[in-house]
Amino acid sequence: MKYDIVLAGVGGQGILSIAAIIGQAAVSQGLNVKQSEIHGMSQRGGSVVAHLRLGSAAIKSDQIAPGSADMVLAMEPMEALRSLEFLSPAGVLISNTTPVVNIGEYPPLPEVLSALQAHANSHLLDGDQIAKALGSPRAVNMVLLGAMAAFLALPEEILTAAIRELFARKGEAVIASNLKAFAAGRAAVN
Amino acid sequence: MSENLLLGDEALAQGALDAGLSGCYAYPGTPSTEIMEYIQSSPEAAARGVHRNWSSNEKVAMEEALGMSYAGKRAMVCMKHVGLNVAADGFINAAVTGSNGGLLVVAADDPSMHSSQNEQDSRFYAQFALIPCLEPSSQQEAYNMAADAFSWSEQYETPLLLRLTTRLSHSRANICTAPAQAERALREPSNPRRFTLLPAIAKQNYQRLCEKQAVFAELSDKSPYNLYYAGQDCSMGIICTGIASNYVQEAFAGKCPHPILKISQYPLPQEKLARLLAECEKILVVEEGMPFVETQLRGPLGDSRILGRLSGALPRSGELNTRLVQAACGLPLPPLVQPSPLVLNRPPRLCEGCPHISTYEALNQVLRDYPAGRVFGDIGCYTLGALPPFNAISSCVDMGASIAMAKGAADAGLLPAVAVIGDSTFTHSGMTGLLDAVWENSPITIIIVDNYTTAMTGGQASLGYGKIENICLGLGVAQEHLRIFNPLPKLHDANVRVLQEEIAYPGLSVVIARRECLQTIRKK
Repeated sequence: MKYDIVLAGVGGQGILSIAAIIGQAAVSQGLNVKQSEIHGMSQRGGSVVAHLRLGSAAIKSDQIAPGSADMVLAMEPMEALRSLEFLSPAGVLISNTTPVVNIGEYPPLPEVLSALQAHANSHLLDGDQIAKALGSPRAVNMVLLGAMAAFLALPEEILTAAIRELFARKGEAVIASNLKAFAAGRAAVN
Repeated sequence: MSENLLLGDEALAQGALDAGLSGCYAYPGTPSTEIMEYIQSSPEAAARGVHRNWSSNEKVAMEEALGMSYAGKRAMVCMKHVGLNVAADGFINAAVTGSNGGLLVVAADDPSMHSSQNEQDSRFYAQFALIPCLEPSSQQEAYNMAADAFSWSEQYETPLLLRLTTRLSHSRANICTAPAQAERALREPSNPRRFTLLPAIAKQNYQRLCEKQAVFAELSDKSPYNLYYAGQDCSMGIICTGIASNYVQEAFAGKCPHPILKISQYPLPQEKLARLLAECEKILVVEEGMPFVETQLRGPLGDSRILGRLSGALPRSGELNTRLVQAACGLPLPPLVQPSPLVLNRPPRLCEGCPHISTYEALNQVLRDYPAGRVFGDIGCYTLGALPPFNAISSCVDMGASIAMAKGAADAGLLPAVAVIGDSTFTHSGMTGLLDAVWENSPITIIIVDNYTTAMTGGQASLGYGKIENICLGLGVAQEHLRIFNPLPKLHDANVRVLQEEIAYPGLSVVIARRECLQTIRKK
């Protein structure tokens, strides 16, 4: 088994938390993991990309080669489009549809979304809206993680256990709202 | 197998702790910062009392680590690649004194310049200093190398350089750990005079260092990190170094028909290299960073058998990846999605409400009345003032350069000349430039943007905390031209007046724009 995921977003959107949860879940299943993060300047509201590789055999490269990812998961639609070059033609694209408009001339959103929909296996969802409706507007990344879960070869209870672990220090209420966001994201792609 | 996923930086740190590390010394710098941060948050390091405070700059860190080595204990000093320029004096001369306790120097290179101003390759520094260099290809190797490096350092009385690159520093993997060793006891050098580099002693030391080169080369040939993989197709052989060997393995899906020499320890392993050169018609050199091995193999006349970044088989600069290696080896490439014209750059920016925004808004208003291009910047979050909407600084070169460059420009008659420097950068390398400006009462205005932290790298301690104005006064800045303001939007007009007055003053002034970083407040 081998599964390569490119996680894309804007600094501060929580893609490293997604990577940490999947990584921890995979390790607990006895899988090998490599997870490459970009730290430093790109954290300040710039584009952020993480590469997450899971495999039953040893994984060599820390980076996923362009054109070979099994999934691109994006917290932001223009960042999804930026990372599309990594996706293999048969790969799954999951993207949030709410843009982060922190640059002068953001491209027309409908055009961005239709470019994403042009990919054969794309799943677009408004994670911000879903999280807001649940009363947890900051849990957008958990909504997207839930949407991914449908495609990962990791049991859902292992992922939810990793969510509990990551938020353990923040108390039961935070854990509960993140689990709710996860479930809502999972339901959104069915 | 460990349950923990460790960054390459963290794996190295854990390896050093398990190898009996007594002191880690560092100045923060991407992508090296997490080495020290891991040791700072390690319960075992705390229980053992391992030294783990930040240093003022990389040179000081290097010398502190050398002092610990002198005392017989195992020390590690960590920095980003350009930090080694700052530490170079201590580094090169530590090779001449040699080590006593194990001494490991770690430089994290940043090919593709994700967070840096150049992509210099630290392997050249090890070669220049005549010491062994390690270049791990995986997190596990980074872990394992720490113990080997300390033991070789003690056996051969030499510091070693370990070179990381961004993708390894900042990538996590599960690793296996070894049982922890005890820290070394205090042990004074048997011949302490070798640490006194008077010419007569230095000559002897240098002679010994030259003689060790053959030993280091033999060590490389026997190294568990330098591996020869036989192959049937000798029309081409491949040399790959550090993490580049992963891209080679992946390009051929683990079934490479060509002989491969994987190098993770220098100087170059001569026997293995000779074998590859004898067996193969041409050689592809795949290395992350500058063409360090390729240059040595090509020679001054450019041997056409040697392919790589210099021959054009691989890009001259930037990070490698599997696809680039596939292309260089003539392998079929998977189809690529063309980049969409809808995708625009999204550069990093200052946080909403950041104190630097208020400082730049005030400065820009004052300088509207002057010609452009008079503000010399420095290294930190405030470097982002070079981008729109501020377009407020005209230079960013190296740590502390703002003050010295402003003074040089003023020396040439370019006035007004303004420097913008952060508190941590000021204590790293700005204080000496300020002393020059004080000595000549240079007509420059230095704005120290003091946010109480080393912000860009994630909020590490700033060693001048609470002391900035006393440092300036102590260096001789006149009390009446040492001004302090709070960079808040509501104080804009008052702050503009302060800057106006000091920029108009035809002598040296320092303005401290002081407000705590929002990110560090948030973390409290």
